[in-house]
Amino acid sequence: MGDWKTVTVPVLSPDSKNTLPYTSERKRSPTSMSSQVLRVSLPSSKNMHSFFGAFCTEENIEQSISYIDRELTTLGFPSIYAESRGKELNLISIINCMNGLLVLQHKNLRAQEEVEMQHLKLGSDMDHLQNCYAKLKEQLELSKREVVGLQERDRQLQSKNRNLHQLLKNEKDEVQKLQNIISSRATQYNHDMKRKEREYNKLKERLHQLVMNKKDKKLAMEVLNYVGRADGKRGAWRTDKTEARNEEEMYKVLLSDYEQRQKQLLLENAELKKVLQQMKKDIISLLPPQKQKPKERSEDGLVLSDQEEDIGELNKENMWELSCETVREQLTNSIRKQWRILKNHVEKLDNQVSRGHSGVLNEKDVISRADHELETEKLELEIQQCKEMIKTQQQLLQQQLTCDDDDTTLLLQDCYLLEERERLQEEWRLFREQKKNFEKERKSFTEAAIRLGLERKAFEEDRGAWLKHQFLTMTADCKSENVTTPSAFLRSSDPDVCLVKSASRQKKTPSVLSPTVSPEPCQIAQYITQNSIASEKPAAHNMPNLCVESDDKEETEECTKSWEDSGVGTLLCRNLLMEQLP
Amino acid sequence: MNFSELFKLSGLLGRFSPDGKCLASCVQHRLVVRDASSLQIRQLYTCLDQIQYIEWSSDSLFVLCAMYKRGIVQVWSLEQPDWHCKIDEGSAGLVASCWSPDGRHILNTTEFHLRITVWSLCTKSVSYIKYPKACQQGVAFTRDGRYMAVAERRDCKDFISIFVCRNWQLLRHFDTETQDLFGIEWAPNGCVLAAWDTCLEYKVLLYSLDGRLLSSYRAYEWPLGIKSIAWSPSSQFLAIGSFDEKVRILNHVTWKKITELDHPATIASKKTIVYKEVEKSPTVDTERLSFPPTRALASSLFSTKSKYDISQVPVSLQYIKPVADRANPKVGVGMLAFSADNCFLATKNDNIPNAVWIWDIRKLKLSVVLEQLCTIQSFQWDPCQPRLAVCTGSSRVYLWSPAGCVVVQVPGEGDFQITSLSWNSNGDSMLLLSKDNFCVCYLETEEV
Repeated sequence: MGDWKTVTVPVLSPDSKNTLPYTSERKRSPTSMSSQVLRVSLPSSKNMHSFFGAFCTEENIEQSISYIDRELTTLGFPSIYAESRGKELNLISIINCMNGLLVLQHKNLRAQEEVEMQHLKLGSDMDHLQNCYAKLKEQLELSKREVVGLQERDRQLQSKNRNLHQLLKNEKDEVQKLQNIISSRATQYNHDMKRKEREYNKLKERLHQLVMNKKDKKLAMEVLNYVGRADGKRGAWRTDKTEARNEEEMYKVLLSDYEQRQKQLLLENAELKKVLQQMKKDIISLLPPQKQKPKERSEDGLVLSDQEEDIGELNKENMWELSCETVREQLTNSIRKQWRILKNHVEKLDNQVSRGHSGVLNEKDVISRADHELETEKLELEIQQCKEMIKTQQQLLQQQLTCDDDDTTLLLQDCYLLEERERLQEEWRLFREQKKNFEKERKSFTEAAIRLGLERKAFEEDRGAWLKHQFLTMTADCKSENVTTPSAFLRSSDPDVCLVKSASRQKKTPSVLSPTVSPEPCQIAQYITQNSIASEKPAAHNMPNLCVESDDKEETEECTKSWEDSGVGTLLCRNLLMEQLP
Repeated sequence: MNFSELFKLSGLLGRFSPDGKCLASCVQHRLVVRDASSLQIRQLYTCLDQIQYIEWSSDSLFVLCAMYKRGIVQVWSLEQPDWHCKIDEGSAGLVASCWSPDGRHILNTTEFHLRITVWSLCTKSVSYIKYPKACQQGVAFTRDGRYMAVAERRDCKDFISIFVCRNWQLLRHFDTETQDLFGIEWAPNGCVLAAWDTCLEYKVLLYSLDGRLLSSYRAYEWPLGIKSIAWSPSSQFLAIGSFDEKVRILNHVTWKKITELDHPATIASKKTIVYKEVEKSPTVDTERLSFPPTRALASSLFSTKSKYDISQVPVSLQYIKPVADRANPKVGVGMLAFSADNCFLATKNDNIPNAVWIWDIRKLKLSVVLEQLCTIQSFQWDPCQPRLAVCTGSSRVYLWSPAGCVVVQVPGEGDFQITSLSWNSNGDSMLLLSKDNFCVCYLETEEV
């Protein structure tokens, strides 16, 4: 990113003023716009050079200038001459004009490009449309053929249908004809039958006469003796009296039959009545719990009173014996009413049962009904708000759409956006890489820092040991000589013990440290000398903390050296250090 | 179950007396009367010619033997063996003869249905009934024997005359709205007379004893109509079997149809039990074979046995497609009978000839189907209990009761093809008739 800026900035600065209103309109970053401009301008400048070369020579420079002046004035630019009459050129004006021309040129080029693009687009659209057209034409052809086929089929079916109709009609006619034939034949047959039967009857009559009239000797009954009647009575003479008696007897038989039937029906009725009574009792015994409810409602008051009446009626046992019409009506009415009540009751029970299935849930529902209402109110409000928001959004969208309804601008915008996106992606990739590098460096640095810390510890130990040793030797050899380094003793009397300990510890774990540790003992001597010199200065302050800090600084200086070799910017190192310090 | 030995018989003429004590059978000219239980011959009568028809009088005292070819009827008395009576119809001829319900009159129908002659055995009187109609069932007596209905035909119109049997006096005479009256039948209570039209038209007319038309019923118009009719013993139901393979049951209150019993070739209802007769080859117990083998054993070896299996529904029954271009096609319900207790109705559909359908009248549902190996020849209900006996022209008799059903092989050598059977009125024995033989089957009482 840094590279880009350095290159583009000088070119941009004069242009950006002109392009700015344009770009701002499109909500485009100035940098992207400028790059566009830069790219376009590069090839075109060459052409201009060749053009100017042919136009202006040493000889006709005046004319050319005046020509250009004229041309420019006609184009609406200010005159390039210093004064209106003078021949002196106004360099600023020329440059402004040039710039103006260049801008114009750019604009024109852009417009041309746009037009070309549009042309291309239109061309492709045209192709597409032509393709579509061809396809549609084909489809049209196909569907036309189909239509023709279908029409043909329809026609065929219609003709078939007509044929079938004709056939049906024929069949119907045939059926009618056959029916007529049958009926005529039947009547004919019946007629013939009757004729034949009459003839037959005549013959029979004749035969009868012939057979019966002739004194048929054979026609006789030979009986040894007449037997008595089964009932032991004598045969009676046939008289009117007997006839009447026969009638009487017949009716008696019929009557007895009807009586018997009536008895059966009565029995049946009685049984049914018994069942009815039982049922009624049962119904009434079932109903009392129901009684309380209808009382609450005014409509059922009537029914209830009727019911009570019925109960009263029921107690009159003899009512059941009255099977006259009025009683029957009452009975049926009361039964109907009771039945209705019972039905209602059963329905209610059914409802209760069905409710009981989801009883727990329902109760919950009941409790949260108020909450529900609240909730719904809330939701409605929210919906209202949402609707409003949507409306405003729609309006905004509409406005935006109406603002840049120009298609080409939209397209361009899209192009720019795409380009920018690509660029951004590129940048992003670069940035990622950098970040990765940084991460790597940071890791190595931390490692180094740890190592240094360890080294310092070791060094301190060594120094402690060395100082101790020296002190001991000094005290042992010549106690009077020890004046030069009192501060060291003052400072490190306590930590020395620790240092010894840590030194012994370090010896135990050499593998933990990096391989650079191994040459340490050689270097230590150097450090010690340096430190001893350095430590003499802060020692005057008597501040051990500061001393440590200074040590750190030394270390970091060393680190920076090594990092400079690996070619990483110092700034970053510093940053990392800043992190490391706390 | 015990069987008597086989006795000779001619013309399927074997009858139990109405009181169930005697058994009359004919062999050519001879009439043999036996004791129903011991089968010892009580009387033996010889007629003038081969007997074609016999009938017991209602009091079981007389037997009439009709010899249609000669046109004579001979009557024999059980009480007085030397008593004799001969009725000669002379040149008028004879086609039918029957007792009147009082057992003292004989009704002879002359040839060409010229008249019915009523001969009295008590007096010398002779009555004539003119114009009797030549139809399947032209004369019907009420069960109590008081009244007789006669179908008549005059001037190409059908009439019914109702006579008082006691003195043969005409009680009612009315015309019927029929094309060609085919049959009449009294309800068992004697108060309703059912008359039905020829098979060309489905029509049943119900008349009261006093000649009023109670109701008429038509199930359909054009196809062939009624084939058979049966009253239930309680007079509550009238079952009508028709050519459309259905039985329609009318009730006695409104005379409307209660139900329609279909006879499909496939039985799908799970509530119907289908008993199927299956043959099984006899297993020979070689150790029990003796030499020379006894005749009974030999015959049993060579005769196949059969038993009933319960078929799993759905069952498809053997179905004969009726020939359409023949008169009297073998289709439709041709036989139907109510059990004595009104609870069951047995039917036979003529185009499923191997099956007997037993309907439960209380539920109006098909209860049982008996599928036999051979064509059903005859079936009859036990007069005392719901027990149906079926014969199929084989030497086996089939019995069904609500408890189950059995196949009984009639023991004995020779071919004994039972084509007809009749129950004794007391219900403890059964007469099995073949073309040449008969035997009596005694059923054990329920306690044993």
